[in-house]
Amino acid sequence: MARSFQTVKHAIICNKLSSRRNLLYDPSMSILTMPKPDAATLANRDDIVRGLRAILPSASVIDHPVHLKPYESDALSAFRQVPLVVVLPETVEQVAAILRYAHEHKIKVVPRGAGTSLSGGALPLEDGILLGMAKFNRVLDIDYENRCAVVQPGVTNLAITRAVEERGFYYAPDPSSQIACTIGGNVAENSGGVHCLKYGLTANNVLGVELVLITGEVVRLGGKHLDSEGYDLLGVLTGSEGMLGVITEVTVRILQKPATARAVLVAFPSSEDAGQCVADIISAGIIPGGMEMMDRPAIHAVEDFVHAGYPLDAEALLIVELDGPQVEVDHLIGRVQTIAEANHSMMLRISNSEDERVLFWAGRKAAFPAVGRITPDYLCMDGTIPRKKLPEVLAGMTALSKHYGLRVANVFHAGDGNLHPLIMFDANKDDELDKALRFGADILKLCVKVGGVLTGEHGVGVEKRDLMGEMFSDIDLNTQMRVKCAFDDNGLLNPGKVFPTLHRCADMGFMRVSGGKLPHDGLPRF
Amino acid sequence: MTIFSPADEQELAKIVADATHPFAVEGDGSKRALGRAADPAATLSLSAFNRVILYEPEELVLEAGAATPLDEIEALLATANQRLAFEPPNYARLLRSNSRGTIGGMIACGLSGPRRLTSGAARDHILGVRGVNGRGEVFKAGGRVVKNVTGYDIAKLVTGSFGTLAALTSITLKVLPRAETEVTLLAAVSDVHSAGHLMRAALQSPFDVSCAAFVPGRGVGLRIEGIEVSVASRTQSLIKHLADSFDILDERHSRLFWQSVRDCEYHDVPPGVALWRISVPPTHGPGLAEKLAAITGGRYSLDWAGGLVWLEVQASENAFAAEVRAAVTDGHATLVVAPEDVRSHVDVFHPQPAALAALSRRTKHAFDPKGLFNPYRMSKDY
Repeated sequence: MARSFQTVKHAIICNKLSSRRNLLYDPSMSILTMPKPDAATLANRDDIVRGLRAILPSASVIDHPVHLKPYESDALSAFRQVPLVVVLPETVEQVAAILRYAHEHKIKVVPRGAGTSLSGGALPLEDGILLGMAKFNRVLDIDYENRCAVVQPGVTNLAITRAVEERGFYYAPDPSSQIACTIGGNVAENSGGVHCLKYGLTANNVLGVELVLITGEVVRLGGKHLDSEGYDLLGVLTGSEGMLGVITEVTVRILQKPATARAVLVAFPSSEDAGQCVADIISAGIIPGGMEMMDRPAIHAVEDFVHAGYPLDAEALLIVELDGPQVEVDHLIGRVQTIAEANHSMMLRISNSEDERVLFWAGRKAAFPAVGRITPDYLCMDGTIPRKKLPEVLAGMTALSKHYGLRVANVFHAGDGNLHPLIMFDANKDDELDKALRFGADILKLCVKVGGVLTGEHGVGVEKRDLMGEMFSDIDLNTQMRVKCAFDDNGLLNPGKVFPTLHRCADMGFMRVSGGKLPHDGLPRF
Repeated sequence: MTIFSPADEQELAKIVADATHPFAVEGDGSKRALGRAADPAATLSLSAFNRVILYEPEELVLEAGAATPLDEIEALLATANQRLAFEPPNYARLLRSNSRGTIGGMIACGLSGPRRLTSGAARDHILGVRGVNGRGEVFKAGGRVVKNVTGYDIAKLVTGSFGTLAALTSITLKVLPRAETEVTLLAAVSDVHSAGHLMRAALQSPFDVSCAAFVPGRGVGLRIEGIEVSVASRTQSLIKHLADSFDILDERHSRLFWQSVRDCEYHDVPPGVALWRISVPPTHGPGLAEKLAAITGGRYSLDWAGGLVWLEVQASENAFAAEVRAAVTDGHATLVVAPEDVRSHVDVFHPQPAALAALSRRTKHAFDPKGLFNPYRMSKDY
């Protein structure tokens, strides 16, 4: 984010439950409520710190208020909370011992990678241990023959590519925070990037993990082989936002870098034309490596900033990147050109050099800071829609923009329908943050209404938690929460994230399973 | 045998909510012989959920009722030059069924073919599901867009769960364009280790090989798919890169070759013969195949560049389960074909370490606390 909410006056974090039991969100207050802190845990803080220092070297347990401060938020810095204590383990045994301790003493745990979550996935709890995985920063094994790499969770996304590029390989998912975000966090959030349509999300590029459960048990899911045995627990773990376990090792698939990449920059007089062009490219059987769109406000913001040569009279700008063998890319560029022209393109440029390709992308990549230049603050939203609904959703956003009196600029992963509206506001003005939050919620509701979803790649976290009911029924949510119970039946791992209500597992009909045995094990069930 | 055939989700939910017996959950029953042999008193047939609900080629999405025949779906996709990239196999011959099966059965069994190596498995293409859990509640998970991280990925979890977690009513999948053309380079290799080297070298090249298999007697097949000019150019580059001699199978013969690999046609499975499907790191495949062939006297073939070993053994002596499992140090072995009596006392699925087995059992419990759906199909414990 360009600017954080340094001047936020609102008391965003409010540790109280509303009058309705177990409801975390109070719509009348438009503030975020987190699970009520456990008074005994707060009172026993000194004992807990001592207990953790018995497990870890003293320096790996941070309890001084000044040193806790940097951990008070992730990249969703509107929400802040100093944690009870921070621990920085460096071995699997230490992670297991910390979780066993937390489990035994019923203390909440919030795992954290690099803290780049845009949805508050790593927001600390007042009565929770913040478990930082930054010291797990080693690449353990590069295995070109099996086309995979085994890394610790604190290795950054980009560092994986750096480690394997000497042999022409790379790790495909590329979230825009890739220089800082870690692979452990990527797995927890199922991170995306601009190349997802062709190369998949994190879930499609992870082969295995080592996972520590809240009980301290260590399990391995998947590995260097393909497909997990038994239930696809790796599949459900990926994107579970740190609520099912703590990842201590990740095996990722690595790919050969495409031989070449070229980009086409196309301007359109309307978003309808641009949207139709995207649909026609895909209908023609072309899956571009990346396909990004910007609307008029975004085009203007970035052109003023980076001077990439974007036309200011266009309503929509499309960047289509083709990657692969040279002959294939050259051929497909021609097809894309024909399709764009048939859809009333007003300007079309094809990159003829790597420098030119990078220039085409420069504006798109600078979109967030460019918008940051023209507004004191902005909120970055993240919904996905069926692509053909784009004109309808853009029109809806224009109407909402008028209603709230706030500007919005759109960048859009057009290939996979993932929208990133940037809502511009000034947190120093009395009600603008509140308005921006409500505007954002309305956009996401609109996404769901047209057949889309609340989040394409940023995660639910605390940001979209209270909107989950827009997309899922209570039964749908209970079905997910019972999976949480299977992993963590006391709800100690990252509570208050993803789900808008807290239920005890027993209240959802989840019987405690001890020692892997169900009650009345061995009896016929009927 | 009582058969329940609900007409819609509400009726299905009521049958499950009122159930006093566990069910075998079925689409058209083509995969009855896959998994542990279990014989519930009743069948829950999802045959009424047999229509394509939504197909939008330009959005790359298809939603269909769970019992929609796979052949029907593939025929529909072909009309828009699209396909299921994970190449679902046809195990009718292996499983002695007269049907290739339904989309729900394919998802429930998590089946993928040769292109799984580079395009991902069934679980990588599932976007959403609807179904009824063991409490008799209608639920949905996921969505219809390709990029979605809203809530837990229950759609992946039910993929490959052999119908033990929920009775699925509809499946939403990501579909992809069909390759314009393809060729296969066939190298007359007979030694399994040379075959492994050749396949791995091809996969490490920048020429985008989509499939690599070793069929004894025919050799190593390397598949190149895409647009005409690209396939031609990559074929030449790959031949030069590997410095080996190849026969080139044209598009038609290439498709037939990979269909035969996909459906495991190299392996003959008369009564009394069992077939293992073993997933390991590709470098382990050749050595493992050779070792197990020596122990069991069985025949093998390799797919997924060596990462998938098919091993054919005598079904007597518990299908050599102990020997197979002992040899697989990193990966898992599934007994795909075996007589019912063998499948009822041998672990069809790879045994799991205690903590993982307990977690799997709790997962089952989260969806189906009363054990209504396909009991004992995956595990002897639940």
